[in-house]
Amino acid sequence: MANAAETIAKIAPKASKEVFKTMSMNIGPQHPATHGTLRLKVELDGEKIVKMEPEIGFLHTGFEKLGEYRNYNQFVVITDRMNYLSPLNNNIGFAIACEELFNVEVPIRGQYIRVIMAELSRLSDHVVSVGLQGMDLGAFSVMLWTFIEREKLYDIFEAVTGARLTTSWTRVGGVFRDVPPDFPKLVKDFLAKFPAMLDEIEYMLSKNKIFMDRCIGVGALTKEQAISYGLTGPMLRACGVPYDVRKAKPYLCYSELDFEVPTRPEGDVFARYQVRLAEMRQSIRIIEQALEKLPGGGENKEKLPVSSVNHKVTLPTKEMVYHDMESLIHHFKLSMPGHGLIPPKGDVYSCTEVPNGELGFYIVSDGTGLPYRVRVRPPSFYNYCSFVKQIDGCMLSDAIACMASINVIAGELDR
Amino acid sequence: MPIDFTALFKTLKDRFGDDVLGHVEFRKQHSVRIKHTANLAILKFLRDDPAAKFEMLTDVTCVDSLRLPSDMQLEYPERFAVVYQLRSLTHNDVLRVKAYVPEDPCEIDSSSGLWDAANWGEREAYDMFGVEFRGHPNLKRILMPDNYEGHPLRKDYPLKGRGERDNFPKYTEIPEH
Repeated sequence: MANAAETIAKIAPKASKEVFKTMSMNIGPQHPATHGTLRLKVELDGEKIVKMEPEIGFLHTGFEKLGEYRNYNQFVVITDRMNYLSPLNNNIGFAIACEELFNVEVPIRGQYIRVIMAELSRLSDHVVSVGLQGMDLGAFSVMLWTFIEREKLYDIFEAVTGARLTTSWTRVGGVFRDVPPDFPKLVKDFLAKFPAMLDEIEYMLSKNKIFMDRCIGVGALTKEQAISYGLTGPMLRACGVPYDVRKAKPYLCYSELDFEVPTRPEGDVFARYQVRLAEMRQSIRIIEQALEKLPGGGENKEKLPVSSVNHKVTLPTKEMVYHDMESLIHHFKLSMPGHGLIPPKGDVYSCTEVPNGELGFYIVSDGTGLPYRVRVRPPSFYNYCSFVKQIDGCMLSDAIACMASINVIAGELDR
Repeated sequence: MPIDFTALFKTLKDRFGDDVLGHVEFRKQHSVRIKHTANLAILKFLRDDPAAKFEMLTDVTCVDSLRLPSDMQLEYPERFAVVYQLRSLTHNDVLRVKAYVPEDPCEIDSSSGLWDAANWGEREAYDMFGVEFRGHPNLKRILMPDNYEGHPLRKDYPLKGRGERDNFPKYTEIPEH
């Protein structure tokens, strides 16, 4: 596409040069097309982007600083608010990092229910990402269908954790409480209708000429660029790198479950959309297998524990506290300030696969009940860093399509 | 296949000598402690050497050791530690590299030439801790406003800030004519 200035210079050479300066525009932090509070300072030559500078930090809350003043069980409340579309994944990620530091193991039933809730949460995040990708390009109905399914997921989350968004479900060593007895039925009823919605989205978008024209070839990154930018998650897998933390370093009981990691070679917006759709179908597979293998089933008649039985780390039950001196002392030590969970001195970095990529927690512990440093490695931050490279030479509308495909969540980006 | 870290540390020590201060293993995770003057050379070696091949920089961050207990302070010859989390996709393994940066001058070479991911990660470390990365293409604040003073995640910066909330610019009344 010829430069506007060159074309005009050919046909009207005496026209003023002033007219062809680039136009600076601000796509401000409040804008319906940016996902959250993101700011773009763009210089446009017609519709083509000449220079772009993203600015972030409008939702910076200081989670890492707060982490130094909250103990290990209190910080889970803060993790909810990072990636607020899939809070359970963040809760579980932090709990796994703490369990690695404390060297406690979650019992098998606890692992299975964590996996089921993590995958349901992954569905709720991918469903938003695909829906908003459609909405940003004009297909508004897709978003509404996906949000109907999200409401059903919220019903399940509320039944299990007590809240729709700020779940705060995990504790160090396990979870807050067991799933309700009708949990398998709730999930199976949801899964019975969910694939139909995925099929409808595919029918609407995957062979849609407008969607394909707007997405194919837009924002493409090569494998080497993707690795150099530290991309993870669906963005990396859409560039052809089959890296998934659940397969590379399996945590919880993922090694016992059978699922595939979908990848695409192209690395553009359309590839990321396809990877996310395929991942949702794999998540459904994981949930069905995990429900079948769930030790104790829905009712848990054998009263299998869901949290670690090491009561130096998890609270003992009330019956034990009332009848047993040791449990009373453990309960006291865990609940009173100044005592609390005492980890060994050292540092760990532990990562889990959240819908956006690899969420890592680097915890430095100084041997007291409060962590010394909690570093959250946010997938959206490193994914968004590559945005400027992706829209090199693209038009403004392509930039909007790219931003939708990165699935930046401002809470996680800015912390 | 997983990396043989004992052999890797020996290679690093043989090649870089005194710049490698030591290595630590805790909870099956390995860290190398290095001097900040040699960070570019060591990181480039770790990225390119076939036995290591850490193609991906997962995270770059910083830790301020001001309030650590005395036995943990021994690990920190300087106040700040810039921590690089490296990942090898070919070997499917991770490594942590810690470079210790003094308080004054608080500078270290930028690794944004080696990995593009370091671009924003180092900007955040600069914003939150005040560590300057020499050679960084665009070292300005990323999360805080551009004209902010102070580095929030340092241990001597108070949790509730320094009265910024009370000192936002206020609109003045328009005087009656």
